Amino acid sequence: MDLQQDFFSLFGLPVGFDIDKDRLEQAYRDCQAQVHPDRHAHRSDAEKRVSMQWATHVNEAYRTLRKPLLRARYLLSLRGVDAGVETNTAMAPAFLMEQMEWREGVEEAREGGDVADLEHMRQRLEQHERELHQALSGQLGDDVADGELAADTVRRLMFIEKLQIEIDDALEALED
Amino acid sequence: MALLQLQEPGESTAPHEHRLAVGIDLGTTNSLVASVRNGIAVCLNDADGRAMLPSVVHYPRAGGAVVGRGAQAQQVTDPRNTLVSVKRFMGRGVKDVAHIESMPYDFVDAEGMLRFRTAAGVKSPVEVSAEILKTLRERAEASLGGALVGAVITVPAYFDDAQRQATKDAARLAGLNVLRLLNEPTAAAVAYGLENASEGVYAIYDLGGGTFDISILKLSRGVFEVMATNGDASLGGDDFDHRVFCWILDQSGVAPVSDSDARRLEGLARRAKELLSIEEEAPIRGTLSTGDEIDLTLTRETFVDITRTLVNKTLAPVRKALRDADLSVDEVKGVVMVGGATRMLHLQKAVGDFFGQSPLTNLDPDKVVALGAAMQANVLAGNRTADDDWLLLDVIPLSLGIETMGGLVEKIVPRNSTIPIAKAQEFTTFKDGQTAMAIHVVQGERELVSGCRSLARFELRGIPPMTAGAARIRVSYQVDADGLLAVTAREMSSGIEAQVVVKPSYGLADDEIAEMLKAGFDNAGEDAKARAVRELQVEGERMLEAVQQALLADGALLDAQERAGIDAAMAALRAAVGQDDAKALRQALDGLGRETDTFAARRMDKSIRSALAGHKINELKV
Repeated sequence: MDLQQDFFSLFGLPVGFDIDKDRLEQAYRDCQAQVHPDRHAHRSDAEKRVSMQWATHVNEAYRTLRKPLLRARYLLSLRGVDAGVETNTAMAPAFLMEQMEWREGVEEAREGGDVADLEHMRQRLEQHERELHQALSGQLGDDVADGELAADTVRRLMFIEKLQIEIDDALEALED
Repeated sequence: MALLQLQEPGESTAPHEHRLAVGIDLGTTNSLVASVRNGIAVCLNDADGRAMLPSVVHYPRAGGAVVGRGAQAQQVTDPRNTLVSVKRFMGRGVKDVAHIESMPYDFVDAEGMLRFRTAAGVKSPVEVSAEILKTLRERAEASLGGALVGAVITVPAYFDDAQRQATKDAARLAGLNVLRLLNEPTAAAVAYGLENASEGVYAIYDLGGGTFDISILKLSRGVFEVMATNGDASLGGDDFDHRVFCWILDQSGVAPVSDSDARRLEGLARRAKELLSIEEEAPIRGTLSTGDEIDLTLTRETFVDITRTLVNKTLAPVRKALRDADLSVDEVKGVVMVGGATRMLHLQKAVGDFFGQSPLTNLDPDKVVALGAAMQANVLAGNRTADDDWLLLDVIPLSLGIETMGGLVEKIVPRNSTIPIAKAQEFTTFKDGQTAMAIHVVQGERELVSGCRSLARFELRGIPPMTAGAARIRVSYQVDADGLLAVTAREMSSGIEAQVVVKPSYGLADDEIAEMLKAGFDNAGEDAKARAVRELQVEGERMLEAVQQALLADGALLDAQERAGIDAAMAALRAAVGQDDAKALRQALDGLGRETDTFAARRMDKSIRSALAGHKINELKV
């Protein structure tokens, strides 16, 4: 057992996009119950140091596996596929078009102070997000050798996440 | 209960000595100290039977410091040397504090944190807070009958790194070993949750004298997981008093008033506010030093009117926290009210309306934080029993970032990340032959550096000259379980490294603390050197015991040679503890630390393996 092992094995879970959330949560809590600094506060300095390293690692593993987008990116990296987040910006024109429309919609609602419209867009995006998660579940299955399709879905999801953040920021600005 | 048995076998059989540990609620208006006695958390009272210590410090011209009620009595007669609500100034500069012009103090705007010029000299908010903490430490030692192993000090969840560090410094200055900085709403959740065996999602609404926090926690099978936190580090009951104070000035037309009359009126305002939680209206009567008579009546209706914006100001953070936790109002099972200011009836009603349920007020809002801190302190000190099978998973309240080109902020650790957490990001040079890079660490949610709090600036020097964009500078942020940040920068091709524990740019440098400690001992007639040696000896004894326990439990993980190395290092430390040589003690402590590194790592591996094995066994049962 070491800090190099993959996050799925750390929590005793099978490697894959579909994940048993309850099992992940329970395994996370069981791990933290052992390694968390609060469990080692009265121990030696060496043990406190190791505890912080491990608790940090377990938190990172949980954060990565819990969120579908991060989990998908992590799975791609385990398979040696570069999601091309920074480099590959060649998205389908139709998708980019759609994104621009979304962005304009958010901008308009923000300027008009239309909270209901923003909330509605947020819901629609969530629906869209769920569909893409479903797609990933197939694309990241055991029998799929080609990660490119999944990488494309991951990039789409990242666009959606950015939009969601914009909507949340707009909502926050309107509340203040 | 599906939780695992967490007691190490070696520990449960060892003779059990109860270690004295306390929880301290260092509040804006009042402070408390609590401890677990015979398995029950209780507040420790002063000689007059009172739990609450007013967070007021008076520096008389004759020297020394008076803390608490004695100091409070000087508020009107000597306002300049009587410091109230000092928590508002922790880790803050003059420009950060609202209404500073109406405060009776002689401020000195030092770099990072402001100072007060008093009859006892220039004092930092850290030193003033240390006086309060020292009073509580002495109370606890007298009450518990011995020296403390350590303390859990609570801080508002929304405190930033500067404010947390300042609090920890104050505790050190007061001679306390800080076991943990604990977020106030989390402490309240522990006390409430354990008392009521609660399960589900709870909101902790904590309005204190000067700070507001909202934390959303998931309580499940002994784990208190903070899902999101938000708040306002400069909004509290004080602000409600200030509204009433302004109303009095407005209605009576006595403005402007002297500092001592202002303090007198603030006192009247506070009492009127408190009375309105019981009565429909509150009389406000008094005579000023000018002979002006004040005779007013504040009705509940007017009070609600003049403080409406303040109440609403607390609800925006509540909405943000819920959104960050990805929860709707109806998913919240209960709302726990904490802090004396939540006694205000219209506030309870507003919170009830927002959540669509009556808030839970069946515990003392003044004491619950200290009690929760005491429970945590008891466990951290090593007094865990089979019943204490609970764990806190807390978050960082504000995003941590770095300044990039054009005064923009790149976020490195997002807010509401579970701590401890580490994140790294790579940057590069933008000029050919560039050999240094300035790192500016900031905290906050804004996109521009100017809208965030500056935590530290440091430089990575000695980068080998390369073409622009060729160097790879990796900046790593590590946030520990206290929510405190350490930053490291390293050039990856050359290995050149620069490191800061984020601190000097706002707070007190380590040598400043050392200087203050020394001054403190000089005043107390103690020998600083002897005290330092004694502390090292205590630390040595603690280390020896901890390693002994570990060997008892897991000695089998070591081969003969490793065991011999540890035994030798323990013998060396044992010898050093018997002498009064600080340098030898430090060397022996470091030596044992080095020898036990591998052992510690192996023990951790073993416990994780057992956690997962236990997990699988649980699943088989299902």
